[in-house]
This record gives sequence, structure tokens and C-alpha cells, in this order.
Amino acid sequence: MSTPGPSSFRPIFLLPLVVFAAVAVYFLFGLQLDSRKLPSALIGLPTPAFALPPLAGAPPAPGVSGTIPGLAAEDFKGQVSLVNVFASWCGPCLVEHPFFMRLAETTPIPIVAINYKDKPENAAAWLRRFGNPYRRIGADEDGRVGIDWGVYGVPETFVVDGQGTIRFKHVGPVTEAAMRDDILPCIENLRNGRDCS
Amino acid sequence: MAATAPNRRGRWRAALTALALAAAAGPALAVEPGERLADPALEARARDLSAELRCLVCQNQSIDDSNAALARDLRVLLRERLAAGDSDDQVRQFMTVRYGDFVLLRPPVRPETYLLWFGPAAAAALGAFGILRFFRRRRGGITPAAPLSAEEKKRLETLMEATPR
Repeated sequence: MSTPGPSSFRPIFLLPLVVFAAVAVYFLFGLQLDSRKLPSALIGLPTPAFALPPLAGAPPAPGVSGTIPGLAAEDFKGQVSLVNVFASWCGPCLVEHPFFMRLAETTPIPIVAINYKDKPENAAAWLRRFGNPYRRIGADEDGRVGIDWGVYGVPETFVVDGQGTIRFKHVGPVTEAAMRDDILPCIENLRNGRDCS
Repeated sequence: MAATAPNRRGRWRAALTALALAAAAGPALAVEPGERLADPALEARARDLSAELRCLVCQNQSIDDSNAALARDLRVLLRERLAAGDSDDQVRQFMTVRYGDFVLLRPPVRPETYLLWFGPAAAAALGAFGILRFFRRRRGGITPAAPLSAEEKKRLETLMEATPR
């Protein structure tokens, strides 16, 4: 009988362990990802060609007198804008709404909106009740423009640069942290001619 | 009595027919009657295509299975594209332009996905190779070791002598 001595050990025996460790580390990082947050296929691409009618009965926004116009692809030319996809039936939209109100009242950043699959009278009432931070609102009643924008859950927020290129997308309600760490720095960078992040 | 016998048989037949119909009907579908296309061939293509497109809201269902509003919108849109004469690939492209490759339940084969597509087969092949080698070596018996060196022979002799017989 021979007992295998230390000399019979070969480095290859460690291979399964090494492979397992590598896979485990990879999966550990994968677990930290939020599977609900999908990278937008549209980042770096021009906004889809679209023209949405105005939202009937929309109340005026800070700094905008008169009626709120609709939204079309040409409206992004010339300045960095924040595009918010919202609906009156969307609960989380109410969570992020104060951030947009504060932004509209304290900064010159143009905030525009796509009112996604909503009844115009409901959306107008919602804005009258909670305030309207949007300089332009496109009424997307059948949700087709939303699909062109790759919208899969409201609220969604996009940063579009002055050339009409989509530079950033946030899915879900905008939080204080997202506003401070991602959205505002992105807008600031784009305004200074730099990249979004 | 003569009248009840055919009657009973008829009842059995009805029950069996109902059972056969229920079995043939299959599981309930999310596709609503109003969404269907009049042309059965086009509708069949629409069903096949929508079964391989992911519902972005309820991510592990296809838009064919899902009751989500977005899935319904995409089903209707897909049928409109087909009715307008789009090929299957054009419809797939229409979706990926908007939602990325993630919308395809079957990811495309390209360098970034080689590991995904061929990784399991490669791992199995590697394992099979290892097992094959292991057994071939065993079947070949213990390979005769190299003859002892002079030093080893000497050590063996001293050991043999030291061992009480």
C-alpha cells in the first residue's frame, strides 16, 4: 500500500477551486445589480422623431406664462433639457414630483414632460393639485411615443443635450441622491461641453 | 328501459367530448381576441415572435404570456408591423432599437455572448476530457515507475535489514 506523499500534489488540482472562486466572485457582483434597471439602448442616440400635442388644461409652470406647449423632437435643440415621463395614475411619480418642482423654481434648467398613457383631464387635474414644473408637456395618450423612447415603467427621466441626443436615463422615481450624484452633474457637464459623467 | 340506454350513452359521449375539448384548449392565454389578426398565417407569425420577446415589466415572461399593459401595447404594435409587411427580423430590430438586446428572450450570438452560448458546452467538454483521462490512466494500470536510483536502492537495503523478520 502506498500513501500519496506531498510529492503527488500538482498545481492542476487547484484548478477547480480557482474556477469556482472566480465564478462565485462574478455572481456575487451580479447579485448587487438591480435587474429592474436596464441600460437604455438609446443612450448616445438622437431622440426618436416625434411630435406630441399639448396637454389640454395644463396649468402654467414657473417662468412660463400662458399655455404650456406640446413636445416635439425639435424642441431639444440649443439647450440641455430634462425629460420626465409621468402619469397621474403613477404613484411613484408623486414621490419624485417635489424634486422637479424645486428644480423648476430654483434653476433655469428646462424640464419638459411626456404624459404617458394618461387621460388629459386627469393629468391636468394632477398638475393643478401638485404643481406644474414642466415648460412643455406632450400628451402621449396611446403610449406609442413612450415605446419609441424605450419606456417600460413610469416614471423615467432622461437628460437630452442641446443637439437632441439622449445622454442619460433614470428609471423609477428620482431620489435626492440620484438628483445630486447623477442628474445634476450630468446636466452641468453637458452645459460645459463635457461628457455626461 | 329501452329509452334510457341510448340516453345514458349520449350523456357519456357528451362528457367525453367536453373532456377532450378541455384538454385541447390548453392553458389560458394573455392574447385577447380583439388583438388577433384576421390572417391566420400572419397571426401564427405574430404568436411565434411575441413568444420570444421579453415583457420589460414582468421580466421573466414573454409579451405573449404577460397581461401587463406594456406587453399588450407591444403585441398590438408587433401585429401592426407584420400587417404593414415587416419581416420577422425587422420586427425584432424594431424592438431592440428601443429596448436593447434584453428584449430578446434568446440573446443573439455575438462575441460578447460567446461565453453564454458556448460556456456550458466548453465546461462539459473540459469535464469529459478530465474524466476520460482519469479512467484511461486507471485502466492502463499503474505505470511502471522509473527504476530506483542507486541512492534509493541503498536506502531500501538498509531499511530491509533494519526490519525484523
